[in-house]
Amino acid sequence: MTDRAPGAGDERPPKPRPAPTPDADSAPYWAAAHDGRLVVQHCTDCGANQLYPRDRCLVCRGPVEWLEASGRGTVYSFTVIRQMYSRPFRDWVPYVVALIDLEEGPRVMTNIVGCEPDVVRIGMAVQAQFEAVSDEAGIALFSPAD
Amino acid sequence: MTRPGRRAVIAGVATSDYPHLPHLSEHAVHGQAADRALADAGLSFAEVDGFATTGFFPMYATGVAEYLGLHPIYFDETNSGGSSFEVLVEHAAYAVEAGAVDVVLVTYGSIQLSQMGRRLGTGGGGGGFAPGPAIYDALWGNTLVGNYAMAARRHMHEFGTTPEQLAAVAVSMRRHAASNPQAQERQPITVDDVVSSRLVADPLHKLDCCVISDGGGACVVTTAERAADLPRDPVYVLGAAHATTHHLNLSAMPSLTVSPAAQCGPVAFARAGITPADVDVAQLYDSFTITVVLTLEDLGFCGKGEGGAFVEDGGLEVGGRLPTNTDGGGLSACHPGMRGMFLIVEAVRQLRGEGGATQVPDARIAVAHGTGGMLSTGATLVLGREAP
Repeated sequence: MTDRAPGAGDERPPKPRPAPTPDADSAPYWAAAHDGRLVVQHCTDCGANQLYPRDRCLVCRGPVEWLEASGRGTVYSFTVIRQMYSRPFRDWVPYVVALIDLEEGPRVMTNIVGCEPDVVRIGMAVQAQFEAVSDEAGIALFSPAD
Repeated sequence: MTRPGRRAVIAGVATSDYPHLPHLSEHAVHGQAADRALADAGLSFAEVDGFATTGFFPMYATGVAEYLGLHPIYFDETNSGGSSFEVLVEHAAYAVEAGAVDVVLVTYGSIQLSQMGRRLGTGGGGGGFAPGPAIYDALWGNTLVGNYAMAARRHMHEFGTTPEQLAAVAVSMRRHAASNPQAQERQPITVDDVVSSRLVADPLHKLDCCVISDGGGACVVTTAERAADLPRDPVYVLGAAHATTHHLNLSAMPSLTVSPAAQCGPVAFARAGITPADVDVAQLYDSFTITVVLTLEDLGFCGKGEGGAFVEDGGLEVGGRLPTNTDGGGLSACHPGMRGMFLIVEAVRQLRGEGGATQVPDARIAVAHGTGGMLSTGATLVLGREAP
């Protein structure tokens, strides 16, 4: 196999973003994002909020319910990907991958879009936006908050 | 459950040829390392009754045993990524001390450079591989390098660690590699070379990242009693422990600046009855420069946040604060994917006084610490040349 610069000489049509396959834990989470909403799980016993979705509470194994999140958060850490060989991502370099601490507590991985990569900072306020990636699933991307 | 009179030792070690083995199959690399480690130990395949290795497929150890013609009564293929071989040796030590088995051969072999080239770690190998909950962090085009880059970025934010400090790790590993004729990269480099090399995933540059190699290694775990009749001075397994905080989801790691070494390091040191100040030489998994800085802090060689200053000015070189990765490490010598076996081989060679130009004078206690996954697992082995 040969190494090739990201995107160089690739005449194929752009590949869409990968879509998750919903399962019993995650279907409501992906469906909410498909409808433009960010949800987190809330433990009705101990009050902890969590993502990613699980059958029970991470802290106390209590029952969980879905809670509508504000979509606001701050950047916990990030990187700018400058070398990537897998499609579709290699067509996008450089791009930002970040961990966001949501206002409700849970931390999620995402892309920061809508700004140049070099303006992203740890602690920066960000706001969720949504993109449908299949008939049943959407994802939350983030951009700098106004 | 240690039986009286049974103390686990490493009686033989070897590396295979490395770093480029286009003429060998993956299993042949295991075989070459096994031949050499058993010869080093003065043992034959017929005397091996236990076998351990790991790879990327279920029942991997069974398959390598078949290839080697072994019919072991003990086998283990625990996979914790790069730290696997520290875990396998810990398990083997318990097994020989319990009397379950007498001679455990532990092997590693990989030809990932020949199979996959340099794309590993930046999306060439894992496209679409996201079992179960691993999907949550897999949708964003992150790379292996990107995960460690986010840890580095956070460490810089919290503690003021600089790119130049991270670069100092790579410079010291390269200096050690210059004395290792097998090392993949031997040309001296400077801090400026590292920070001016291409950014792969900010803030990690190309020279903050390990090389990608073919290669393998092996070691033989038995008891001190059995080793008394063997040619090599035995190296004692004084203490060991391992830990995990998450799998492939970096979003599930409690703090990006605290690795699982913070859990297993103190346990391993307590089991060995030592403190970090007793360690003469360290072999610390160096997938990336940040991996070494986090591990030094988490094992207690310096305080949290002080790793950047610790590695400056040749702190990791022979004669420095803590001679580390005396073979040149994964950053310069050889990194075939799960480097943990190389840490054990080099630790044993140092304790036997076979370190050559990078020998640490009178090395008595060595630590080998593996890190696997996305800073997901840690495993610490404390080795010594004297019986506890």
